[in-house]
Amino acid sequence: MANAEEIQRIKKLAWDLRADIVRMIGVGKAGHLGGSCSLAETVAALYFGKMHFDPKALHDPNRDRFLVSKGHSVLVQYAALVELGAIPREEMGKLKTLGGKLQGHPDMMTPGMEAVTGSLGQGLSIATGMALALRLRKSPARVYVVIGDGELAEGQLWEAAMAAARYKLDSLTAILDRNRIQATGPTKEIFDIPNLEDKWRAFGWNVLNVDGHDVGPILDVLDKATAIKGGPTVIVADTVKGKGVSFAENTAAFHNGAMTREQYDQALVEIEESRRMVQ
Amino acid sequence: MTSPNLRSAYGASLVRLGKKDERVVALEADLGKSTQSVMFQAEFPDRYFQMGIAEQNMASTAAGFALSGMIPFIHSFAVFASGRTYDQLRNSICIPNLPVRICGSSAGLSDFGDGKTHQGVEDAALMRSLPNMTVLCPADSIEVEQMMDCMLDWPGPVYFRINRNDLPFVYPEGEPYSIGKVTRLREGNEAAIFGSGIMVSKALEAAKALETEGISTRVINISTIKPLDREAVIRYARGVDAIVTAEEHSIIGGIGSAVVEALRGVSHAPVEFVGVPDSFGISAEGYDELLVHFKLTSDEIARTVKTLLKGTEKCASVL
Ligand SMILES: Cc1ncc(C[n+]2csc(CCOP(=O)(O)OP(=O)(O)O)c2C)c(N)n1
Repeated sequence: MANAEEIQRIKKLAWDLRADIVRMIGVGKAGHLGGSCSLAETVAALYFGKMHFDPKALHDPNRDRFLVSKGHSVLVQYAALVELGAIPREEMGKLKTLGGKLQGHPDMMTPGMEAVTGSLGQGLSIATGMALALRLRKSPARVYVVIGDGELAEGQLWEAAMAAARYKLDSLTAILDRNRIQATGPTKEIFDIPNLEDKWRAFGWNVLNVDGHDVGPILDVLDKATAIKGGPTVIVADTVKGKGVSFAENTAAFHNGAMTREQYDQALVEIEESRRMVQ
Repeated sequence: MTSPNLRSAYGASLVRLGKKDERVVALEADLGKSTQSVMFQAEFPDRYFQMGIAEQNMASTAAGFALSGMIPFIHSFAVFASGRTYDQLRNSICIPNLPVRICGSSAGLSDFGDGKTHQGVEDAALMRSLPNMTVLCPADSIEVEQMMDCMLDWPGPVYFRINRNDLPFVYPEGEPYSIGKVTRLREGNEAAIFGSGIMVSKALEAAKALETEGISTRVINISTIKPLDREAVIRYARGVDAIVTAEEHSIIGGIGSAVVEALRGVSHAPVEFVGVPDSFGISAEGYDELLVHFKLTSDEIARTVKTLLKGTEKCASVL
């Protein structure tokens, strides 16, 4: 159980990640704001709380792994790695530019990236391979992978789900960022996949639910997932796409939208205000 | 008035086909706003199928439609439409030679910001290697319309490489179109440039620049990458001292390769490729900047022509 001080620290950091996501995207340029912002608390809880991860030892074979299968949301991971000092802060201004290290999707040229993702549906398979290898090498490391609710339509994800269950991979935790919006609209209208929890259970997974914007419960649920033995766990995190930036919340418009100067300023003001309100 | 935007022209053409023929259906994988299949959705909601982010399933589902008398159009980014679905295209669609139309949108480097995972610079090579597959790469939006008009009758599967952007009009006014046609857009007798897609207009610019230096250059549009009109390629390659191919694609397996394959067995001038070297793309702030990075420019085409011509001079003097 994390103490109140620790939770407050991570909550603030989550808002810092959002501010950095907005700064990275900048004005007048398309950027995956929505799906990155929905992950801020999850990523903050992992990198600043839960994970065994030393930013000075990015290649430590026993580090916990974190990868974002819905690779377009990597901005939030960049922000966390900047905060940890693994990525130089000045790289943020060079997002998606020639000569910069921060690509549109996770790339091995960037410090701290564990895999190439971005073609949706592949991350859970990669994470499964990692967890199998780590177990074989008797490493205590855990593997965390974020998947999207739109992404769940990819059949490969369910192939991976079956494989991970087949091998009882209890070092593997998938976090489903259930923000209920995909690229072109609400998942309910575009491609509804009902009874998700039942589906995962039927595929042999343990299922936990959490409010994906509440740091305390996120830390608790991550601990719970660690404690479950004998099979993989999926944490269904209910989130808001674009969380924290009012005009980007719950809309596909900022799946990969561009902000005007006014929107950019407003986003940073709102985020700062929310950070200030953190108890 | 045709929009210069290839995607808009595609979407509008699809609607036109839908009005003409009830067999036309469209399948989408959560990129309809990008591919412009949304235009068809608005007009024919009953014949539009949102398949979710599941391209492989979409491809084989289209095979089912085609086997049941329909003409399905499937949509995604080029990289996923060709790569993610490769085995489904090969087995469900190409082996039985079904009239499925595959729209590979945002082809080449046109999705400049998203980087390697999203930039399709190998799709033509993949698609060209599939027996029965027709591979089309329009040079402007008029050609998109012309190609789409052939889609009701053309037998077998077709892959379209569609760029994201507005492109200059290059298609000769009033020129009748048919799939397979290799069109000469400019006359010239010293060098020949075979271009496809966005590189056709750049080849025309290069030819203009070369003319000011006294080099007479012909420009040929290869918009049907497969089946390639071999006779035409040989004819247009004849009588020049330099041949350059230009494409927004890997130099492995694209039109450069196709032209050299076509010219095999006949004597011809030296050939050089302008294209993406054997590498993946990369994220950039803008499309033009990325094209410059990969030397996909009219300057590079002109420079390549001149280098080849110098080389042949040297050869001549050595001989
Ligand atoms: C194989 C593949 N198909 C299509 C895309 C284009 N694409 C990128 S993000 C996205 C929507 C993802 O939705 P979701 O998983 O719900 O992510 P989130 O809403 O959390 O951003 C799509 C269709 C892709 N990157 N990969």
